[in-house]
Amino acid sequence: MTSTKKDPVLVVLQLTGGNDYLNTVIPYTDPLYRDNRPVVGVPDARILKLNDTIGLHPELAPIKAMYQQGQVAIIHGVGYANSPRSHFRSMDIWHTCEPDKLGTEGWLGRTCREIDPNKENVVTAVSFGPSLPRALALPGVPVACVDDLQSYGMLTSITGEEQRSRILDRFSRLYMPTIGQGAVMDYLGQTGLDSMKGADILKAAPERYSSTIEYSDTTISKKLKGIAQVHLANLGTRIFYCDHGSFDSHSNQVGMHDKLWKDVSNAVDEFFADLREHNASDNVIMLVFSEFGRRVHDNGSGTDHGAAGAVFVIGNSVKGGEYGEYPSTRPQDLEQGDLVPSTDFRGVYTTILEDWLRLDAAPLVGGKFEKPAFL
Amino acid sequence: MPTQNDIALMAHLMRRAGFGASREEIEARAAKGYEATVEELLNPEVQEAVDRYDLIRFQPWTWRPGTIQGMGAAEWLYFMVNTRRPLEEKMALFWHQVFATGVSKVDHYDEVNDMVLLFRQRGMGNYKELLTELAKSPAMIYWLDNCENHADAVNENWGRELLELFSMGVGNYTEVDVRECSRAFTGWTFVPKLPRGPLGRFDWYFQYREEDHDDTEKTFLGQNGRFNGEDIIEIICQQPATATFIARHLYNFFVADEAQVPAWAVTPPRDQDAIDLLSDTFRDSNFDMRATLRVLFNSDFFKNARFARLKSPAEVVAGTLRLVGGYEFPSPGLGEMARQPCYMGQDLLNPPSVEGWHTGTEWINSGSLMRRVNFTADLVSDVTKPGIQSIIQRLRAKGHLSPEGFVDACLDLMGPLEVAPRIRQELVDHANAGGSLRWDTPQAVENSNKRVSELLQLIVSLREYQYA
Repeated sequence: MTSTKKDPVLVVLQLTGGNDYLNTVIPYTDPLYRDNRPVVGVPDARILKLNDTIGLHPELAPIKAMYQQGQVAIIHGVGYANSPRSHFRSMDIWHTCEPDKLGTEGWLGRTCREIDPNKENVVTAVSFGPSLPRALALPGVPVACVDDLQSYGMLTSITGEEQRSRILDRFSRLYMPTIGQGAVMDYLGQTGLDSMKGADILKAAPERYSSTIEYSDTTISKKLKGIAQVHLANLGTRIFYCDHGSFDSHSNQVGMHDKLWKDVSNAVDEFFADLREHNASDNVIMLVFSEFGRRVHDNGSGTDHGAAGAVFVIGNSVKGGEYGEYPSTRPQDLEQGDLVPSTDFRGVYTTILEDWLRLDAAPLVGGKFEKPAFL
Repeated sequence: MPTQNDIALMAHLMRRAGFGASREEIEARAAKGYEATVEELLNPEVQEAVDRYDLIRFQPWTWRPGTIQGMGAAEWLYFMVNTRRPLEEKMALFWHQVFATGVSKVDHYDEVNDMVLLFRQRGMGNYKELLTELAKSPAMIYWLDNCENHADAVNENWGRELLELFSMGVGNYTEVDVRECSRAFTGWTFVPKLPRGPLGRFDWYFQYREEDHDDTEKTFLGQNGRFNGEDIIEIICQQPATATFIARHLYNFFVADEAQVPAWAVTPPRDQDAIDLLSDTFRDSNFDMRATLRVLFNSDFFKNARFARLKSPAEVVAGTLRLVGGYEFPSPGLGEMARQPCYMGQDLLNPPSVEGWHTGTEWINSGSLMRRVNFTADLVSDVTKPGIQSIIQRLRAKGHLSPEGFVDACLDLMGPLEVAPRIRQELVDHANAGGSLRWDTPQAVENSNKRVSELLQLIVSLREYQYA
């Protein structure tokens, strides 16, 4: 790490729908790649080669540039045993770290509770998007859930300073907990109070923000711009969450996958440029993951649900390079036509929790896992 | 003369089997009786349908809105707000949540709206027939890639979700069953597969292509045969898991918040007896939704489940519009109204995934709660709206009201809503600042109107109001 006593910050970017690993980090010298991808294979000339074995999808040019500056860790073959190949179940597993039973607590919710056990800051975690991801769900842990920073506040139909302060005061009394009212009422009460407080705090972020970086007009760029605004306002936010999708490319994968990665790569590039401009990038890393990779052989138009995938961790403090083994594509090594994971996703989480957030990972991810040394 | 309990029970039924009702409607229905109302709801054809030509005349863009960004659910919202067949519309919403299909992929609202039409027409009929129609729905075929499911290149997307999310639930079949099921649906596709033109897409129609169907032997759930799609649906319907799965969906949607779908394989139902009753009725009636719903609405477990589930955003929006009134005419602004559920986390015609929306407390986060409160408070604050005027007339008819009387009357008219004594006391404290509610001078009327507006805003922002 280059500098600073600033608290480490984690940005999570979820690629919803199952990103195709083989066409994102392409094993272009593997002859089986061509055999397996007669329709959706990326033409050799377009592949952004990183070394003698792998190359990136052509729309990942900004990511390639960061990789060459040593700021991108590519972790191969990430997943877990017995992939259910269901979006929802798999996403739940990534979010809760519970592959064997159904979990409701999110790993980042637990992390947030560890970082701020007394809930001193209701904006310790901020999620950009219409709904709260399960990764951040943990009863009693406040998470600000923001679509648009500009219009964020409670009971805005009531105007007039005095009337507003009277009604918001009453609102907070109505939302105070009562013994024995039940878990759902407790949850609603806490959510209401936290969101009112969070709105007060977050209001400051766009007001204080100025930048020369022009973000693209895409949903993912808007989300990452919001994250930059809150980060740059120094509100003590430690965990940011956003997602983009859908990467569920069963059919017509070629154009669809290109567009998705174009938007994601540009947004990531703009985001880090913005942070660098404000000298605020050193304490930020970004985790980019998807719930699973896709089937090795294409289906004539797209690819079906698979197992192992690739994870990217991006940031100045990241030790760039490749980690783990690219799973074998030989037919006899596949499981139901899918790549067999070589790195447990909880190991990736463990590296981030221990070597970035400085927390004891085992209770947060549910056990000890070998951790790739990308930090 | 209906008792207060009759009123509360009827209000409960209308929140669940519909999108809420005005006090006038609740009183009229309570006078007819509970079971008679259930029968009326179950037989919607006795009521006039919404005249969609009224809507098309004034808002022509709502008819086959193609790709109009974000506003494709305008026609549906208009139906939810104005229907005299509330259960028919509620069942359309139920099936949309179960058979979740979205424009994020289908791209055109029209085909997803056609599914809503199917659910409206067949949603209270036979589940097996509905499932067969669903398998032929062009929107569904495209959404789950069955148009890419060929005899020589099987695509498992539809085959898997049919078993996992539309009928049996995870854990009741093997990967082989998924494969065999998918093979049985090869050749089920749609036409025409033409690119979209400047004015939109040609309408899609189901097509069965025999030459693209894998007609060989299949083994599915222990049975062998040269199965086609209909045979698979027949076998699926015979499975006890299917009846249980539909029963749990009905329970979660109409009775009380349940664990979410992915948890069902490992989490027992809240009320096993209720699920058994519903699933037995479903099977005994040969998968008749009307018969199953009749048992549900007349059961004690339903009647006793007042305020046992959180409203979905569609219920919040349609319910509030029905309450405040004034949205019967197809006015401009309907499109923006149709986007409101999305802002609260339920983008109609565009669910986040084929699993549909997670319900219950998962509707609520700091952002969505704020949106609900702000939307509802904004609408009830307008005392010129007919529904709010009607509340004011009822308050005025009571003469001068003490702060307690004022609060109790408003809680009654907004539900009747049940709140804890501490919450009532907070509202009374709030009302106390203005003294008793008077209507004897023009200035008193103006002042009282303001106070009603503020108290109603506070009531709709209550946690208790978020329950249906």
